[in-house]
Amino acid sequence: MTATLTTPPATSSTIPLTHGRLPRWAPGLVAVVAIAAAGLFPLLLGWGVVPWVIVSVIFYIGGLTLWAAVVETRRSAVDRMVTSLVWTAFAIALVPLVSLLWTVISKGLPAINSTFLTYSAFRTSLDQPVGIYHAIMGTLVITFCAAVISVPIGIFAAIYLVEYGKGNRLARGITFLVDVMTGIPSIVAGLFAFSMFTLFFGAGYRSGIGGAVALSLLMIPIVVRSTEEMLRLVPDDLREAAYALGTPKWRTITKVVLRTSLGGIITGVTLATARIIGETAPLLLIAGLTTRTNMNPFDGFMTTLPVFIYSQFQKGTPADFDLAWGTALVLVVIVLLLNIAARVIGKIFAPKTGR
Amino acid sequence: MAKSIDVSELDIYYGDFLAVQGVNMTIQAKSVTAFIGPSGCGKSTFLRSLNRMHEVIPGARVEGKVMVDGQSLYEPNVDPVAVRRQIGMVFQRPNPFPTMSIYENVLAGNRLNAKKMKKAEADEIVESSLRGANLWTEVKDRLGRPGMGLSGGQQQRLCIARAIAVQPEVLLMDEPCSALDPISTSAIEDLIHELKTEYTIVIVTHNMQQAARVSDETGFFNLKAAGEPGHLVEFNSTQKMFANPDNESTEAYISGRFG
Repeated sequence: MTATLTTPPATSSTIPLTHGRLPRWAPGLVAVVAIAAAGLFPLLLGWGVVPWVIVSVIFYIGGLTLWAAVVETRRSAVDRMVTSLVWTAFAIALVPLVSLLWTVISKGLPAINSTFLTYSAFRTSLDQPVGIYHAIMGTLVITFCAAVISVPIGIFAAIYLVEYGKGNRLARGITFLVDVMTGIPSIVAGLFAFSMFTLFFGAGYRSGIGGAVALSLLMIPIVVRSTEEMLRLVPDDLREAAYALGTPKWRTITKVVLRTSLGGIITGVTLATARIIGETAPLLLIAGLTTRTNMNPFDGFMTTLPVFIYSQFQKGTPADFDLAWGTALVLVVIVLLLNIAARVIGKIFAPKTGR
Repeated sequence: MAKSIDVSELDIYYGDFLAVQGVNMTIQAKSVTAFIGPSGCGKSTFLRSLNRMHEVIPGARVEGKVMVDGQSLYEPNVDPVAVRRQIGMVFQRPNPFPTMSIYENVLAGNRLNAKKMKKAEADEIVESSLRGANLWTEVKDRLGRPGMGLSGGQQQRLCIARAIAVQPEVLLMDEPCSALDPISTSAIEDLIHELKTEYTIVIVTHNMQQAARVSDETGFFNLKAAGEPGHLVEFNSTQKMFANPDNESTEAYISGRFG
């Protein structure tokens, strides 16, 4: 008893503030050694590159962790292991993305030329060149119409949910339905638009606007959710500040709440547009397939880029495949441009801190 | 232009919860009235009921009478928006509009209400309001810069400038100095002294010295017990409140023996 009391814990009074550290070049060295060691398997057993990389990564993580455990502390060994695992997961996630971009660019780039971008696929004799102008226009017109339908409905619905509904039964119902709508398979949206237009205009009616209606069914929930999130981010302080200046509620919403969240809303709308621009299934049903350029969404078939890609793969000749890859590249570039636009717009309209 | 406020038998509710009970007081025109009391006793709630900001919170309501120069604020045909144009408010945390420049922030009250005005007139309002808020010399060269770029004390004075730019009859201040350093606080207290000549000012503060320094009359709010509604314990001239209060608990609170 007295012994335990009288022996002061000498070690704990001086907690060590330093411990051994691996040199800065340690991860690099371990990586080289791991790759070299794992390189024995391809040499001796004739393995391919992919198993080599996998074994290298395992060797690297194991080696670095062990070395850190010996020289450094247990905590930093765990730290190094988890850091390596996170980076590995990140690299794995990048593989399909990079591979996809590479395939699309390498196969699609040769097909791109001025004829490809300015001619439609309509031809009167076999030696005429073909292009995807009709599909680019179809995509732009149908997507624009879908955005014109969805953006007002989506933003007004979000304003109701945040500013007026505030958790009442109707608002909760709408939120639930919007969530359900987010999960609608796109083919079902196409069937809905198809049957609606069949009811109104008779059997076999097909046009670009039908496609736009189908796409807006997919776009509205995304616009509602993203706008709702942005409106909720606007602090109540700002609303109260506006009310205290004698501002009516609708002016507070338009001039303060919407103005403050404008950047985020536009970003959300642009990303929603990028999301629906690649839809194929509903447009196959309702917008039809044509080789001619049609700029009127209310009359006649309209082809969009994804539908055109699909139809080219159906045909199956090497020339058709080339067209399809070129079209895929154009579609990816359009989506990329929309994403860049979203970022730029979000930056421009973001509230300025002045610091 | 300044107006007096008569409050009689005011009960304030959040839903079914009675937050403040049975307040009677008369707030003099062109004077500074301070409310003190422990946290959660309903000072801010009461202040917000004076310009119908209280009902912005869902479920909040008021029973009783608030008369501003003989006009009852809570008659069914009274438009809360019109009330708030007459009775401005400055909040605890500075809240300039982040999308607006300093210039636009000052004019926000006019612009948000779509008041048409000439450039010269707008410039004049901005200058006189910023001068009124003791901010003009500090910001006159950067009126186009964002209001959020100012320091906390400057932002709060910008909010005061914004509130007086619409020329209200009464200015309500909800702990306007609680987020500020002593120098900014003293700037705002000087400002309150100057504004007193034109406006009726009601201020909520946790700082007893501040109440003693700036106010002509003081109201002490307290809770009877935990869970009970807050009520007005004593309302007297500031001098009397701090020298020789009528109520024992007021003296205990002010001298720091509790709360």
